[in-house]
Amino acid sequence: MAGSNPNAKPMNLTLKVWRQPNRQAQGNIVEYHVKDISPDMSFLEMLDVLNEDLLRGGQDPVAFDHDCREGICGSCDLFINGRSHGPEKGTTTCQLHMRKFSDGDTITIEPWRANAFPVNKDLSVDRSAFDRIIQAGGYVSVNTGGAPDGNEIPIPKEISDRAFEAATCIGCGACVAACKNASAMLFVSAKVSQLALLPQGQVERKTRVENMVAQMDKEGFGACTNIGSCAAECPVGISLENIAILNREFLAAKAASNNLA
Amino acid sequence: MLLESKAPEGPLAEKWEKHKFNVKLVNPANKRKYDVIVVGTGLAGGAAAASLAELGYNVKAFTYHDSPRRAHSIAAQGGINAAKNYQNDGDSVFRLFYDTIKGGDYRAREANVYRLAQVSVNIIDQCVAQGVPFAREYGGLLANRSFGGAQVSRTFYARGQTGQQLLLGAYSALSRQIAYGKVKMYTRSEMLDVVVIDGQARGIVTRNLITGEIETHSAHAVVLATGGYGNVFYLSTNAMYCNVTAAWRAHKKGAYFANPCFTQIHPTCIPVSGDYQSKLTLMSESLRNDGRVWVPKTVEMAERVRKGEIKPQDIAEDDRDYFLERKYPAFGNLVPRDVASRNAKMMCDEGRGVGSTGLAVYLDFSDIIKRTGAEAVSQKYGNLFDMYAKITDEDPYKQPMRIYPAVHYTMGGLWVDYNLQTTVPGLYATGECNFSDHGANRLGASALMQGLADGYFVIPYTIGDYLAQTPPKPVSTDHPAFAEAKAGVQARTEQLLNIKGNRTPDDFHKILGHIMWEYCGMARTAEGLKHAKAEIQKLKKEFWSDVKVVGSGEEMNQALEKAGRIADFIELGELMVDDALNRNESCGGHFREEYQTPDGEALRDDDNYAYVAAWEYMGDNQPEKLNKEELTFENVKLTQRSYK
Repeated sequence: MAGSNPNAKPMNLTLKVWRQPNRQAQGNIVEYHVKDISPDMSFLEMLDVLNEDLLRGGQDPVAFDHDCREGICGSCDLFINGRSHGPEKGTTTCQLHMRKFSDGDTITIEPWRANAFPVNKDLSVDRSAFDRIIQAGGYVSVNTGGAPDGNEIPIPKEISDRAFEAATCIGCGACVAACKNASAMLFVSAKVSQLALLPQGQVERKTRVENMVAQMDKEGFGACTNIGSCAAECPVGISLENIAILNREFLAAKAASNNLA
Repeated sequence: MLLESKAPEGPLAEKWEKHKFNVKLVNPANKRKYDVIVVGTGLAGGAAAASLAELGYNVKAFTYHDSPRRAHSIAAQGGINAAKNYQNDGDSVFRLFYDTIKGGDYRAREANVYRLAQVSVNIIDQCVAQGVPFAREYGGLLANRSFGGAQVSRTFYARGQTGQQLLLGAYSALSRQIAYGKVKMYTRSEMLDVVVIDGQARGIVTRNLITGEIETHSAHAVVLATGGYGNVFYLSTNAMYCNVTAAWRAHKKGAYFANPCFTQIHPTCIPVSGDYQSKLTLMSESLRNDGRVWVPKTVEMAERVRKGEIKPQDIAEDDRDYFLERKYPAFGNLVPRDVASRNAKMMCDEGRGVGSTGLAVYLDFSDIIKRTGAEAVSQKYGNLFDMYAKITDEDPYKQPMRIYPAVHYTMGGLWVDYNLQTTVPGLYATGECNFSDHGANRLGASALMQGLADGYFVIPYTIGDYLAQTPPKPVSTDHPAFAEAKAGVQARTEQLLNIKGNRTPDDFHKILGHIMWEYCGMARTAEGLKHAKAEIQKLKKEFWSDVKVVGSGEEMNQALEKAGRIADFIELGELMVDDALNRNESCGGHFREEYQTPDGEALRDDDNYAYVAAWEYMGDNQPEKLNKEELTFENVKLTQRSYK
């Protein structure tokens, strides 16, 4: 084994996995056992092992979302032992490795729990609510063609870097799952901050925040009560400061809005 | 048959301008009478869907992901090339064109590559206008870095997440059009066939991955932006879902498949650590700006490293062989990917590889950390270093990374003409799923450039030319061709479910991947390829009699999805082997051991192989027919590629 931990021994684990055939059906926790799990495996590779065992035995494999397995696409979304993406800070499920667990452990694996994220099957949930929030205003309205030269508007590095930090949100939904209110404020605030910081985002700054917040409420996400578990559990470190920016942007927009409601 | 590229006549620099003037236009009021299907929502598909909708066409966009923001473009790390010459270091459209043609080992079409270099500058402007937060200098202007195969700094980047930021830009433009109702977005929908009526592409058949429902969708034209097929090797840096199925279905409906054996093996990936491994992770090429590649000078020392008796940081400077710097002083660690990969393999073949398997070389950052400090290095590459540490449990700030080549990108793909149209009228292919711009080897930071060029700036013009000559009468899914295609997809789904064999789809995928990597990977021989062909044919028979899928087609069934994709990979694998066997030369990523220079570089045969091999499907289990597009070079001189 080329891994750095040549002495690490394979593990045997007990898994308690949420199984639910489809959106309408009742779900329940089912217990499985996996053997000879290498500490160098990723968490999803451990689930691959379980699924291959299930399939060989003629049972339905556990459905879960995943794709890039590099921590960037935002597909994977497991609630592991009561935490979004499991025990390691700043890590998506796909980048979590089994060396963070010990032989004999029992691991509980659930889908994101939020009314706005209904379960498709087993551990896969529907996060299209996030897409609809972006559709409500998470963009700069420029058509292809006719953009000015990229260097026409200098942007201070500090501003650009802050916008970048906010823009790194992967849209996984860990913030919603971690929040006791199932609030989407961190997700919404990341996009609002990014575009509010940049000169390109100024024209639509006020309507954007109003429309995105309205859509967020419509989707059934909860309110923010300033607990901060969203930022604590965010795998890419989106800062809580963004929520402060969102609140400020929202108030400023409302105060100036022609659509006061 | 000789294929016509339809590239316009005239001087290279004027071709695209001239073509844009000559293409037919659809008047603004008529655009809403045309429907266009776009399959895939990565950089090429997302950009195309948004741009076509902005023009006024009715777009139906499809992705198998739960959201159009998740396509594998998102994982591109290092950057995007553009001939802006912001650095005043001698760059120009012609230089980017020249570097790309040369980097591709003279197996790409001049006119396409020049157009790519031309529109590269517009891409940066467009992305900045969308709010893409590219890296900037303290003065507020855009920053650049260097990439392999170029001696100028023309790569724009957003730390190690350039693909993510560009894709989110395209996704935001797409989202805006969805909100306007100009794009109807179908998520979790996998394309399983193209519908061709009277020789023209008129729609697609999809499977809803949540309900299992087989659906038909009609349009006046279909654009495929379905990515590459690197996962034919099982282990690659591609995302898990990346597959060839959409392109392969199109191929079976008449679209020629070009240069399938041209695959890119990326030199800097995290090495394989065990049998359970599901995918490989890339460490961006940008790291070669500052990281130095080396192995121990002697086999004896390498052996001691492999046994863990000595640590790399304890090996004296004199005992290290910085083999890229030694062999290629002009480009050093920034030689193109094919050259860097092949050299890493040579070192390991000589017995000087490191890591417990001996299949790795070092990528060392100690010099740059000494020179600029760990903080500065973290600013540039922080997320990559973190990812490396998470996967390997080693700290790259303290000891060199271990890297090894892995499959990363496929230059081959559906054959397209200058308009990006396949050999099926009305069927277009954009981004990685076409073959067009990278020849036999792609330069770093050029995939993002091509995807966005095709989507934002090429297809909006060229598809209009086709639609202007197509009556706007609505296309109905009532046509019997839709029912027939749908029945075909249903029958295949049933077939996969009814085999009820003993081996899982992954079992077959692993075997296929092993065959491809061993015999059609970094080094190929006629003998090995013939062996591989027989093995793949055997595997295909076994698959269709012994694959095991449980459950039904009327539900979310990930094993069923996988089985369908692997069935297509097996067929593609055989074609790749045929193509590699046909091409009796070495060029770029295609290295046939029989054809090499005395010092081990790729030896091209321009007299006999300066053509695009475009394969035509002739029916199940029939040999495919080879069609050729001759490549003519009027603006560059074909030379032995040298990076010395």
